[in-house]
Amino acid sequence: MRKQLMKGNDALMKSAILAGCRAFYGYPITPASEITEAAALYMPKAGGVFLQAESEVAAINMLYGASSAGMRCMTASSGPGIALMQEGISYMAGAELPCVIADISRGGPGLGNIAAEQSDYHMVVKGGGNGCYRTLVLAPYSVQEMADLTALAFDWADRYRTPVVILTDGFVGQMMEPVEFHAAATLPEPPAWAVTGHRETRGNLITSLHIGIDELEEHNRRLEAKYQSAQHEARVEEFCMKDAEIVLVGYGIVGRILKAVTAEARAEGIPVGVIRPISLYPFPAASLRKAVGHGLVFAVVEMSMGQMVDDVRLALNGMRPVEFYGRCGGNVPSHDEVLCMVRKLASDFGCHNISAQEKEQMVHA
Amino acid sequence: MREDVADFTIAHEKAQSFYASYERKGELQHQTHYCPGCGHGVIHKMLARAIDEMGIQDRTILISPVGCSVFAYYYFDVGNIQAAHGRAPAVATAAKRSRPHSVVISYQGDGDLSAIGSGEILHAANRGENITVIFVNNAIYSMTGGQAAPTTLIGQKSTTTPCGRSAANEGYPLRVSEMLATLEAPVYIERVGLGDNKQIAQAARAIKRGVENQVKGLGFSLIEVLSPCPTIWKMSAVDAQRWVRDVMEKTYPLGVLCDRTKEARVHAMPAAAPPLEELPRLLDIPEDDPAVDVPEGAAKAVDLQVRVAGFGGQGVLLLGEVLAEAGLDAGLEVSWLPSYGPEMRSGTSNCHVRISNETIDSPMVSSPNMLIAMNEPSLRKFVATVRPGGWILYNGDAIPADCVRSDVHELSIPFTHVADEIGDARITNMVMLGALLEITGALPQASVDSALKRLVKSARWYELDERALERGREIYCGSLAVI
Ligand code: SF4
Repeated sequence: MRKQLMKGNDALMKSAILAGCRAFYGYPITPASEITEAAALYMPKAGGVFLQAESEVAAINMLYGASSAGMRCMTASSGPGIALMQEGISYMAGAELPCVIADISRGGPGLGNIAAEQSDYHMVVKGGGNGCYRTLVLAPYSVQEMADLTALAFDWADRYRTPVVILTDGFVGQMMEPVEFHAAATLPEPPAWAVTGHRETRGNLITSLHIGIDELEEHNRRLEAKYQSAQHEARVEEFCMKDAEIVLVGYGIVGRILKAVTAEARAEGIPVGVIRPISLYPFPAASLRKAVGHGLVFAVVEMSMGQMVDDVRLALNGMRPVEFYGRCGGNVPSHDEVLCMVRKLASDFGCHNISAQEKEQMVHA
Repeated sequence: MREDVADFTIAHEKAQSFYASYERKGELQHQTHYCPGCGHGVIHKMLARAIDEMGIQDRTILISPVGCSVFAYYYFDVGNIQAAHGRAPAVATAAKRSRPHSVVISYQGDGDLSAIGSGEILHAANRGENITVIFVNNAIYSMTGGQAAPTTLIGQKSTTTPCGRSAANEGYPLRVSEMLATLEAPVYIERVGLGDNKQIAQAARAIKRGVENQVKGLGFSLIEVLSPCPTIWKMSAVDAQRWVRDVMEKTYPLGVLCDRTKEARVHAMPAAAPPLEELPRLLDIPEDDPAVDVPEGAAKAVDLQVRVAGFGGQGVLLLGEVLAEAGLDAGLEVSWLPSYGPEMRSGTSNCHVRISNETIDSPMVSSPNMLIAMNEPSLRKFVATVRPGGWILYNGDAIPADCVRSDVHELSIPFTHVADEIGDARITNMVMLGALLEITGALPQASVDSALKRLVKSARWYELDERALERGREIYCGSLAVI
């Protein structure tokens, strides 16, 4: 298949349909509207259902209905809309209903603005709805990953019977890059637990209600065990990490900037590397802990006032200092700003400011 | 049947679509969880009977609400989905659309349907969803202990209207059925009561009709049932029935509020889905490489970091897109990023394009080696960011004195005049792109042609753009001659 230049939001929707998604319910919001628009165009062609709901609250409850009926289904929104969906996300997690939710995040709080921010991390990764539940969260940083991780999201949603969020920002949604759709189109059978309006599924019940206290505790323990069993799915990209003494951590579009900075800092002889979480839940804590062996300092860069940084600190549990650099409101941490920080860290922590070539010679000497 | 009573005739049998026993009530499995004299039990029986009579038990999906009937799923031996407070119509909408052959019944109380879920019911009705809604109106929040509902009567006491509902504070009782009947889509809305046996018989008929309408594919039906709640009303079962008859009915008159079953168009079943192999084509994902005749190795080693900026409408984004497409066709790595954020709401626009023979780390071009400034504000905004040794292409006579940089190359031409001469000022972007291509020499002409062909569908514009590109190349070569 030829690589095609495509917007991230389009790639996400096309990949969803190839992955067997046949129901899209959503409510427009910048910068996620292209996904809803692409769904309106392509879902009927694929024999699926598209409906613009009256609100985000209705949209997520439509997913509840579609998923109950055994359809692979999805919605797309941004911060203010995802906030409204939290009620339904909690119900779906409670009723163990799979679905995929794309959050193309924007500036907040409140109406904030329509520029890119990464401040939905807490709401999405920690869960903004009531009760002990988790959503699995994937964070693409390129158009190719918008396609690949969407397909993965549907697999995870079905495997763990739970909502999966694709969390990215307006940049990744709006930009165009070449993309290739790897897998052939599929359409899974409705799962046996679904309520499809047939004799075989007549005895099925979808509910999040467990009125007995012991019954609810048991349910919650089972959910927790399920989330724990998903821990091995944690995904991460490590870039120049073999000998990195300064470990940069960032997801989404920030991951791209960190890679560019790393290339330049390495040319200056600063031993820096990048850990880019691809899944935000499960969080790739093991990867961070492994880097403690050679990392002197960790620096988290986010387009927020600091959210994922908490998870990095938890993972390292005081073993190494964790610095933070954040911009928000639609400002992107610039290449130069991050490079400046890296240089400062290199001098503060006495990282070997030597060229790669020199290092090579030292090793072989 | 018990053997010791041989000639026993069963006058009333439990409906088939009820479970034989109610698991919920450990020791009292023959008994519902509803209070004695409660309307829910009666309504359940009528609904179960209707399902039996129509033979749709295997097709039925019942949506249970939040409220006293939250446990409806313990009684009905059909597919069951329990929904969040007020959201049953949204859940029902998607269940029905996902499984059009099923019979979806949304069962809701008044707190659920007329307060928190007023939006969902209004829009499901307005879309004419082919579902059946049973709306149980007892004018109070029952399960939570008797708070006011939108349907609570004027003067009626509740725990949150201790002195009686007043229009001045809580507004008037919401007549949901009347309101929904003003919409065009619903086919059948009737209000019935459980005030006496005659009313109950009518209620049974209405409920059955509401389900029948759906089976026939006619569309949205809603049956509002005025239903006694002896417990919260603090009345005997008999008095509660009387209250429905004598008091509730005055605010909520019984009768058919809309009946369009005769003229309703039958909901068509969806057409068969296309085969999976067809999907890539339907999704506009080309299977094969359209013949792009770019000779192997024609593209040079390149690291183009371009910032294109101008007014909205000058074709800034398209210029960048043609460039990126051409790069892709030339076998290079590319990225294109539009200015995104508040700027897209105002007059200026810009985009970042990267073309490289190596993997592109960041698509963000913060220090371009090529700036295309289509107007002066754009030049002013980005001039300082251009890398030393880079290029500025400026659409103007000369770069303003305060923007001149000695460490970059520049080409300033009123490109819009050139475009005008060729035939249309709107091809300024392509003239500038032509100059850029000539300066960098990075992309073979064949890749530019194929990109243009893909992006510009009209023959006239394609032809104009080709000429514009050519002219742009000439201008750059000409400028060298001048030097
Ligand atoms: S509280 Fe009222 S509505 Fe609820 S079960 Fe008892 S009588 Fe019925």
